[in-house]
Amino acid sequence: MSDVKTPSKLERVLAAGHQAVTSECGPPRGSDAEEIRSKAEMIRNHVDAINITDNQTSVTRLCSLASCIHLKSAGVEPVLQMVVRDRNRIAIQSDILGAASFDICNILCLSGDHQAFGDNPQGQNVFDIDSMQLIQTVRYMRDEGRFLGGDEIHRPPRMFVGAAANPFADPFEIRVPRLAKKVAAGAEFIQTQCIYNLDKFERWMAQARDRGLTEKVAVLAGVTPLKSAGMAKYMKNRVPGMEVPDEVVKRMSGVAKEQQAQEGIDICVETIQRLKEVEGVRGFHVMAIEWEQKVPEIVERSGLHPRPELD
Amino acid sequence: MIVAKPKPVEEIIESVNGFDRILLVGCNECVTVCEAGGRKEVGVLASALRMHFLNQGKNVRIDEETLERQCDREYLEEVRNRIDQYDAVLSLACGVGVQFMAETYFQTPVVPGVDTCFMGVTEERGVWSERCQGCGQCVLARTGGICPVSRCAKRLFNGPCGGSTQGKCELSKDVECAWQLIIDRLTELGRLDDYEELAPVKDWSTERAGGPRRVEREDVRQ
Repeated sequence: MSDVKTPSKLERVLAAGHQAVTSECGPPRGSDAEEIRSKAEMIRNHVDAINITDNQTSVTRLCSLASCIHLKSAGVEPVLQMVVRDRNRIAIQSDILGAASFDICNILCLSGDHQAFGDNPQGQNVFDIDSMQLIQTVRYMRDEGRFLGGDEIHRPPRMFVGAAANPFADPFEIRVPRLAKKVAAGAEFIQTQCIYNLDKFERWMAQARDRGLTEKVAVLAGVTPLKSAGMAKYMKNRVPGMEVPDEVVKRMSGVAKEQQAQEGIDICVETIQRLKEVEGVRGFHVMAIEWEQKVPEIVERSGLHPRPELD
Repeated sequence: MIVAKPKPVEEIIESVNGFDRILLVGCNECVTVCEAGGRKEVGVLASALRMHFLNQGKNVRIDEETLERQCDREYLEEVRNRIDQYDAVLSLACGVGVQFMAETYFQTPVVPGVDTCFMGVTEERGVWSERCQGCGQCVLARTGGICPVSRCAKRLFNGPCGGSTQGKCELSKDVECAWQLIIDRLTELGRLDDYEELAPVKDWSTERAGGPRRVEREDVRQ
């Protein structure tokens, strides 16, 4: 593994050869920072970094950047999620510098869900650049020390640059070429869509390995514990780009309602245990949606605790 | 063509309220093809308005006219000698024609009778869909002849996003995923390798973002 390029703890954990663990928290729909701090408090000792979502599903929330600052102040490593839906290239570069001024040193570059899904479906969207070009933008600002316009940046951002990958979206034949594009754009870590179809994920990883991509980018496998059979069905049928195989729905439906949450956690732990053995999987991104209190159990039972202490 | 759709008749009645002499003007170009504002639609709307005002006991004169185009001065001039006879023009042209009519007859109120939607095609009778947003810098050579600006809901230049499902956009099962179409077409053309070229950040200054646009060509100007 090459030398680290940023002060990111996540980058250093990966560079030291550990399997990394990240999680994510959604900011509140209000201005009480305590909500974000208390979520982080539940999981801080079980993860290396915490993503803060950026108005996920286009529902207006406290901003990702401010939430990341609250985490940073509490001594927790944040991953700033940034979507290109709501900001033009001026605002994007400005927010990156704002984050860098607080020494926030991880960023996840995303397109963002269409605003039609959120609380302001009549709003305008921006999409001045796309998520691939956002990766390039952060890398350019960091590595060249310049704005997109060419001017020099005093104290450029030092950010470890990540992107999302969805091995399950269509069309499948370009899922690995698309990953290759993100790597070519400059992505250094990848957090995947929630994995329930392990066979398909392993096929995707095999193709990624064949192209040498896993040597260039750290893939963190995304997992989300299912709370109920209803949630499994909802994710299978209603969430675009999500693939939940019938046997998973069947397994969740096969246990009594009050035991389904535990079954969901068991599936999640089994998923991590299997994927830990997949060559090229460098860690896990545990997305326990409004269920952060279960992250410690999942991480511990998966054999990923304690988290490494770095100097 | 420019695709438009008729405004609800209630909205039109509201907007011409108070005018006693109305010139209802259609356009023989795009809005005729998309059946929103041609001679036929002028006739239908005129009858509906006459009926409405008759029922209201109002004496409103509605005259019909359909010009070859409302986006060319020479055709707009055809009504100059009688424009003074009207309190208002109700134009069934696209937004371009409505504005050019208003510029030409500065003292006459002009109200629109259609909602102008997009530049698009007739998929089949009664179904039109968007193909171009006039970004001012065509990228179709790179994208298999399918436009990511007008046909991708996020106008991604390096799509598709994670929401593409079975060829459809995350917005709706009725919307094709533009990037699925691009990939299918590149595959057909034996050019799927082109997919891996990173599209550079787009210069949007030739689009709406750059302010109202204008094309001046010395080679054509007189």
